[in-house]
Amino acid sequence: MKYIDEYRDRDKAAVLVKEIEALVAEIPLAKERPINIMEVCGGHTHSIFRYGIEGMLPKEVELVHGPGCPVCVLPMGRVDDCVAIAERPGVIFTTFGDAMRVPGSKKSLMQAKADGADIRMVYSPMDALEIARKDPDREVVFFGLGFETTMPSTALTVLQAEREGITNFSVFCNHITIVPTLKAILESPDLNLDAFIGPGHVSMVIGTAPYEFIANFYKKPMVVSGFEPLDVLQSVWMVLKQIKEGRADIENQYARVVPDEGNKAALDAVDKVYELRDFFEWRGLGSIDHSGVKLREACAHFDAERKFALPNLQVADPAACQCGAVLKGVIKPWQCPLFGTACTPETPLGALMVSSEGSCSAYYQYGGVKAQAGAA
Amino acid sequence: MCLGIPGRIVKIDDAAKRLATVDVGGVKRQVNIACVVDDTHPVENCVGDWVLIHVGFAMSRIDEQEAAETLKILSELGEAQAEIEAMRLSEAEMGRAAS
Repeated sequence: MKYIDEYRDRDKAAVLVKEIEALVAEIPLAKERPINIMEVCGGHTHSIFRYGIEGMLPKEVELVHGPGCPVCVLPMGRVDDCVAIAERPGVIFTTFGDAMRVPGSKKSLMQAKADGADIRMVYSPMDALEIARKDPDREVVFFGLGFETTMPSTALTVLQAEREGITNFSVFCNHITIVPTLKAILESPDLNLDAFIGPGHVSMVIGTAPYEFIANFYKKPMVVSGFEPLDVLQSVWMVLKQIKEGRADIENQYARVVPDEGNKAALDAVDKVYELRDFFEWRGLGSIDHSGVKLREACAHFDAERKFALPNLQVADPAACQCGAVLKGVIKPWQCPLFGTACTPETPLGALMVSSEGSCSAYYQYGGVKAQAGAA
Repeated sequence: MCLGIPGRIVKIDDAAKRLATVDVGGVKRQVNIACVVDDTHPVENCVGDWVLIHVGFAMSRIDEQEAAETLKILSELGEAQAEIEAMRLSEAEMGRAAS
């Protein structure tokens, strides 16, 4: 397939790995301890495991799998709210498939569906709006989920509903925003990161300027990366080159998709529909200021949180769960006592085991080479 | 949800609503193209564009030139590697010849 196959070339990957090895040999720090590079985005985590990229890299380079899987960081209380909406008579609850198995405090959406709630998986928020058009007597709620990548699609759907005067459609908005989250990680006292692989598709929307503080203030390099194996390897190489040269810059490996200025039409839609919340709760990371968005007053009639009374309770993560420490790169997934025993992809306890983009699930399914070496 | 997939716009279905049909590896589907349309690139110019599609929305026009550029850098790395390899080999040869 065009724009995919050419970035999966084995020979080119082998060449890049050699270049990476040569660079690492010239970085003095790498002789003292591993260089820790966090990939922020769950899509990268998925690619890294799917293509065994960790196994290709020299042992001096450690990839830390960050909090960029929106399904994984969804707190239990929000899942409980979803179930409460879905179980109301007359409601059709629509969601991306990824969210179906996320455990709530009592049940997941999958279990609620089995218990009789009308929960439908959709590919796009536009599909949810189409259900609302076809069934005007039912309340159709779309579970808005994701970082800036999917935020505009929900916003454009709301604007379309507004134009058509559709009144039986609303959004349960759980969209989150990346920059405050990166700040929270950078401010974390147990921080041990040297650089970042930046999220490709979030950046396609917001551009690269919002990351400048990472280079300027925190002096950490970041390379915004594509998702194919060669993209990720090239980005690792670019990050290491910055470290070797003593630079901290925001670079863009994924220029074929990410314009430095972002996407204006998408940002306009986002700005019209949402405003920042004072804070938002993340599973494993706790509350982070200004890290989520909600619908603006002008769009209140499309806001499921205002339309329906929600339990809106905070539910603590299971006490033994170490998702937070894994998200921040303090421990590796297999160092959590629940990993692979009480917590598996079939019966996830912690959020990181739920989605294929979560680092625990990825380790479990693809068996990280270094994980096995480390555990032995 | 977050990864997206490249596809090619093959038909404009409703210019006002910004709806178009894309071909993704042989599968056709209607998507919203509002985010890849602007004053310099109106709806009617979109047919033939390669776009990256997320949850039913074309979110970015894939820049053919940049795509080619990335591949070129990758190839040059390969060429550099081959050159370095050739240098190493020739050095070894020379070493042998000298000794």
